Amino acid sequence: MTLALDALDRLESEAVHIFREVAGEFDRPVILFSGGKDSTLLLHLAVKAFWPAPVPFPLLHVDTGHNFDEVIRFRDEVVARHGLRLEVARVQDYLDDGRLAERPDGTRNPLQTVPLLDAITANRFDAVFGGGRRDEERARAKERIFSLRNAFGQWEPRRQRPELWNLYNGRHRAGEHVRVFPLSNWTELDVWRYIARERVELPPIYYAHRREVYLRDGMWLARGPWGGPREGEELLEKTVRYRTVGDGSCTGAVESEAADIDAVIAEVAASRLTERGATRADDRLSEAAMEDRKREGYF
Amino acid sequence: MSDLLRLATAGSVDDGKSTLVGRLLYDTKSVLADTLDAVQRASADRGLTTPDLSLLVDGLRSEREQGITIDVAYRYFATPRRTFVLADTPGHVQYTRNTVTGASTAQLAVLLVDARRGVVEQTRRHAAVLALLGVPRLVLAVNKVDLVGYDEVVFARIAKEFAAHASALGFAEDSVVSIPVSALVGDNVVDRSASTPWYSGPTLLEHLESVPVEPDPHDAPFRFPVQYVIRPRTAEHPDYRGYAGQVAAGTVRVGDEVTVLPGGSRTTVTGIDTADGPLAEAAAGRSVTLLLAHDLDVSRGDLIAAGDAPEVVDEFTATLCWLAEKPLAPGARVLVKHGTRTVQAIVTELLSRFDEQALASTGAPDALRLNDIGQVRVRTAEPVPVDDYTRDRRTGAFLVIDAGDGGTLAAGLVGAPLPEPDAPRAQAGGVALADGRALVSPGP
Repeated sequence: MTLALDALDRLESEAVHIFREVAGEFDRPVILFSGGKDSTLLLHLAVKAFWPAPVPFPLLHVDTGHNFDEVIRFRDEVVARHGLRLEVARVQDYLDDGRLAERPDGTRNPLQTVPLLDAITANRFDAVFGGGRRDEERARAKERIFSLRNAFGQWEPRRQRPELWNLYNGRHRAGEHVRVFPLSNWTELDVWRYIARERVELPPIYYAHRREVYLRDGMWLARGPWGGPREGEELLEKTVRYRTVGDGSCTGAVESEAADIDAVIAEVAASRLTERGATRADDRLSEAAMEDRKREGYF
Repeated sequence: MSDLLRLATAGSVDDGKSTLVGRLLYDTKSVLADTLDAVQRASADRGLTTPDLSLLVDGLRSEREQGITIDVAYRYFATPRRTFVLADTPGHVQYTRNTVTGASTAQLAVLLVDARRGVVEQTRRHAAVLALLGVPRLVLAVNKVDLVGYDEVVFARIAKEFAAHASALGFAEDSVVSIPVSALVGDNVVDRSASTPWYSGPTLLEHLESVPVEPDPHDAPFRFPVQYVIRPRTAEHPDYRGYAGQVAAGTVRVGDEVTVLPGGSRTTVTGIDTADGPLAEAAAGRSVTLLLAHDLDVSRGDLIAAGDAPEVVDEFTATLCWLAEKPLAPGARVLVKHGTRTVQAIVTELLSRFDEQALASTGAPDALRLNDIGQVRVRTAEPVPVDDYTRDRRTGAFLVIDAGDGGTLAAGLVGAPLPEPDAPRAQAGGVALADGRALVSPGP
């Protein structure tokens, strides 16, 4: 091994450094883990940061109830393999007892904020790791690596702390917490190249497969418990894959023949669409959809 | 050549920083179709006939409403030659704060001026901050050259004046480059302009792709702030005790003799572990776990050092960039975060302040206020191993934190004397110097 670090080595070293800072400075950290590629990568890096000791944090999944079966199966396998504790906060529980109401458009992604904040409060989590990357979206580009949230979980972009050198300030008062983003400086392509280099296993839906889908607002949505296809929407079988995995009601598939990681990397490198623009309906709601949700306490 | 360049932008409000960054992203084809569609739609909604490239980067609701940049944003783009991480900083009221944030990790800064106005006070102030923070290279982007009729004389005058100023601040001649650009039209940003036939230098992107990046100094003395003690206590690793951290400077090899500070005990490195297997040596930037020969009391906050070990002190002078609304008065009790150690501290004395008008340091102020830069004396409750910032950007840096609400109050640089009075600029003539102000020699 040479002394010089390449770009992926540097990103890995930075993420490992961030995980260890949090372990050293906070009492009750937690990793947001959905089984998607970014949170799987987060967990992979956390394992490396503390090896040969186990990861000293539990995991938290905010479950919208609109899941892809393959992803939930994968989530549970990974948790069992690493012997970690998984907390699940369920949107469905909130809908069942009336604390939240289903939205007219059927998407449950924005509904995750309240169960997330409740879980943070109930467990007294003081640092919450998320897989957010600055390249995803303009509001995310403004996010600090250590992002202080007030007692209501809100992000206040005008009041962010300056982040200097690699000295992270994790101080917070009772009730406040810090969102931590170890993948801030990664791009979508970095994530895929690193997944290839490290042979990180992912849920199979990231690779090309046959699936029944229907077209809505220019996106291929899968048949599922989130209500589709509606009248006039035709169910077709296509070869598709997913670039992001979130709530099934607003996460679209892309038509793709990329069945292995090399093909995925080639496809991502050549794509003229961003990850979110291509497949996330929730970001299309307004020019500032992500910012507005982050202000409410979304991750 | 390094495959990564970290850069920051700086400059006054309305000099066109966001447009320049948008142009850089747009002309390097780093903007994907859906993002561009959104910008085109938003521009059309505002009645514009061409896309407003600043909308590519001004991501917050109030930024788009007001047409200004509020906070630092980080952008990533790549060309076949290099990958770039760009800290896009606002030029607005909180200028020093944002410039400091963007520049603390930058290897190069792009400083913008408006060709119609030339080098202004804020340009000189930003250059001084960049010099203080040790940013190794500068580009002066003389923007809006289309609005001065692509006049070579105008550009040459600005470039010459800036070169003299940068030299007075200590920048080497070959570390400063001036480029005539128009971010709005696209002249000399990525594509060479036909309107500046008199300019034979590189375009901005060509320069960014080819400028040498100072490598991490592998031959500097070894510095390793201990972040976390790894003790698995598992059946497989019952006695494992490793000290996790990131090499801040220099190189460590198995067998090296090291000192654990502030205690001062000496031991030998018996192993350098990573999850991918052991290493024989590790250099600056790499996160590793060190195994030591002796069972010493080593914990988070300690510094493992070799070679010329840093001084362990409980009192030192430092330059502070004050970043908070709340002013600093002498005697203030604060927290200092240096490496992985946070200690209580008192700012016992304010020694001098950097005068933004005279661009030199003045006598002792009664307080440091938002965006002030000043030299102070700090006393810490526990001894800390500090290097001089000019010698080591990592172990010479610290945060000043409010013990009450936890906010970050200041960027601290150990030692780091303030810029000297700007003699060459005064000689250059034709530049408005804030007269009537005595140039007082810098503090101790």
